[in-house]
Amino acid sequence: MQVKAPDRAAAAHRAPPRRPARRPRTAASRWRSRRLQGLGYAAPTAVFVVVFFLLPLLLVGQMSLSDWPLLAGDQGANAPKNYTDVAGGTLLWPAVRFTLLYTAIVTVVLLALALLLALLVQRSRPGTGFFRTVYFLPGALGLASASLLFWGLYSPTTGPLSGIPERLGLTDEPVSFLGTPTSALVSTVFLVVWKFAGFYMLILLVGLQGIPQEVYEAARTDGASRGQIFRSITLPLLRPSLALSLLLCVTGSLLAFDQFYVLTKGGPDNSTVTVVQLIYREAFQRLNLGTAAALSIIVLAALLLLNFLQFRGLRRTDAP
Amino acid sequence: MASTTGPRGPLRRLVTGAVALFATAGLITACGTGEGGTGGGGGDGKGGGGTADVRGVDDGTTLTMWTRAATRPQSEALVKAYNAAHKNKIELTVIPTDDYQAKVGAAAGSRDLPDLFASDVVFVPNYTSNRLFADLTRRIDALPFAAHLAPSHIKAGTYEDKKYVVPHTLDLSVLFYNKELYRRAKLDPEKPPATLAEWDRQARAVDALGDGVDGTFFGGNCGGCGVFTWWPSIWAGGEDVLNEEGTEAALDSGTAKKVYATYRGWVRDGIVAPGARDETGATWTGVFPKGKVGVMPMPSTTLGLMPKDLDLGVAPIPGPDGGRSTFIGGDAIGISATSRSADQAWNFLAWSLDDEAQVDVVAAHKDVVARTDLASNKHSAADPRLVLINQLVADGRTPYALKFGQTFNDPNGPWLSLMRNAVFGDGASVEKDNDAVSASLTD
Repeated sequence: MQVKAPDRAAAAHRAPPRRPARRPRTAASRWRSRRLQGLGYAAPTAVFVVVFFLLPLLLVGQMSLSDWPLLAGDQGANAPKNYTDVAGGTLLWPAVRFTLLYTAIVTVVLLALALLLALLVQRSRPGTGFFRTVYFLPGALGLASASLLFWGLYSPTTGPLSGIPERLGLTDEPVSFLGTPTSALVSTVFLVVWKFAGFYMLILLVGLQGIPQEVYEAARTDGASRGQIFRSITLPLLRPSLALSLLLCVTGSLLAFDQFYVLTKGGPDNSTVTVVQLIYREAFQRLNLGTAAALSIIVLAALLLLNFLQFRGLRRTDAP
Repeated sequence: MASTTGPRGPLRRLVTGAVALFATAGLITACGTGEGGTGGGGGDGKGGGGTADVRGVDDGTTLTMWTRAATRPQSEALVKAYNAAHKNKIELTVIPTDDYQAKVGAAAGSRDLPDLFASDVVFVPNYTSNRLFADLTRRIDALPFAAHLAPSHIKAGTYEDKKYVVPHTLDLSVLFYNKELYRRAKLDPEKPPATLAEWDRQARAVDALGDGVDGTFFGGNCGGCGVFTWWPSIWAGGEDVLNEEGTEAALDSGTAKKVYATYRGWVRDGIVAPGARDETGATWTGVFPKGKVGVMPMPSTTLGLMPKDLDLGVAPIPGPDGGRSTFIGGDAIGISATSRSADQAWNFLAWSLDDEAQVDVVAAHKDVVARTDLASNKHSAADPRLVLINQLVADGRTPYALKFGQTFNDPNGPWLSLMRNAVFGDGASVEKDNDAVSASLTD
């Protein structure tokens, strides 16, 4: 059956249009429409960011300028005393120095070991899957749980490790893994490396497997040695993955808390107090959120600056 | 059936609904504020909810309660017995001791405290001064045994002449000594040390047995352990450690230095069991039950948890030249200022202090009773160690300071530095470290 098209002129005569005829859309109106559409898509994320990131950040900013005892809430303005109190704390500079030292040691040791592990399990051979799983397994454990596990292992009263050197005749008495500043630092670094080496191995493994095999074959054809291939091909092409690992490792180490809170509590003799531990101490031992917030803002600013410098450095090296 | 009043307009329906809503709300409010009702009494912090009788209300309300892990067995025993005999039910949450202050602080900040929460008695002044507890003055004073409640806990919970807490679990520091090791070391197992010098000699005699046996043990990286076990020796020597207001430390006195010197000698000569330098308090009480330590100060609450086959004696903590004292610690408990079930919560507190609970639950568990008039009871009479511990309540002290936690319990606080410098170092910085303690008390 053929359907007859309506006579538009007659229809228009019978029933006047409800709204004026649409004018052809200009480029500006199309742009506005697309902009509104884009805003609609972005709105849920924007709300999420505002509620869960910006508002808490603003609250911390307000706290840092206020007298804010944990148990009594906002007691009014206290600027800039919170910031000067932070600077006057006797533990601040030792904590900053220790945090930087810890970050440097962990970053070097962790990334070197992670790269070694990634190279070991790079190629698929029989058993590679097993080793990849074993290396990554500690990464699946929570840091606090892992710290508690090592605390039990290190304990000179209940742990199994402290007596082994004595039984082997290597020492005269049980070893105190957390008893001196140096041994406490080394013991904590060991835990962190054990826990995170597999995780960073995974990042670097993905990077390694992204390097085209043709490049290696060409190098081998040209007679390049293993060392030359590693220096001239693997490392340069792995740079994005290394950069990501470096960024995560440095930021994570500067914010170290759980492992020291569980293992050393900042001891012995305040030798392993990190900056985040100071924030916790100010808030929950001294019950002063104002000073804790001021220290948090300072740490945030330092991290932003460091990340900015890292990004800038990476971009520069990316340039041809 | 059709309406006889004609169709109702939207406005009329709205007005009728509002009237019904107000009427219902009024009815509920009237019920809620009636005699013995469930209305809060602690929220205003003024009257202590004095409308209910002295026993509170047992109407089947579910109450929430927090306690710290250190005194968990006692709290659990009391809650279990209460729940079995009352309509009200208490849901007990045990929080790791180290995290307790932070947890209470965060909950107070968000007005999310439980109905009842116990606290290490030394932190109570901080909480009362911050109005975390409801005023219980009239309720406590109305108890027939009010005058017999552990005075040091009541004093710690009194702020601006109002009482906010009652004793919950009393934990005293006392010397535990292993009678079997004493016999092997040719010491008289019925003659525990009466002076610090005797304690020193006996610990060294036991340590000389060798074969994994050590003279003594202490938590050398635990500020709370230090105040709990070292201060009684200073008090027994006739000195005080803080001024009355808790704003100035006197931890550099001659008596205090003698105490530190004794401990320093034990460390120097290897009389202490391995791990003392690292001991943060978590495993401190787990060493003695293994039967390899001669004599060490312990919390009285661990007496009921000791192995049945361990032949142990209990003695007061002596001073350098004699005397005896104890740190009266443990938990005091109050109704949170935000609780909406103050009358029901009081029902638990009042019950926990009566004769039945104190004797059949607390004393039966070999713990210290919270009332001085029950110090001698059918359970303590059967065990002379309990009699001694109960009697020590009269000799002991509970220190008072608003900044106690940040000064003495904080692992990065000034007292722990003083302790470790005095015992693991040469002890030369005691005066300087004492100044830092005083500064923290007023910070």
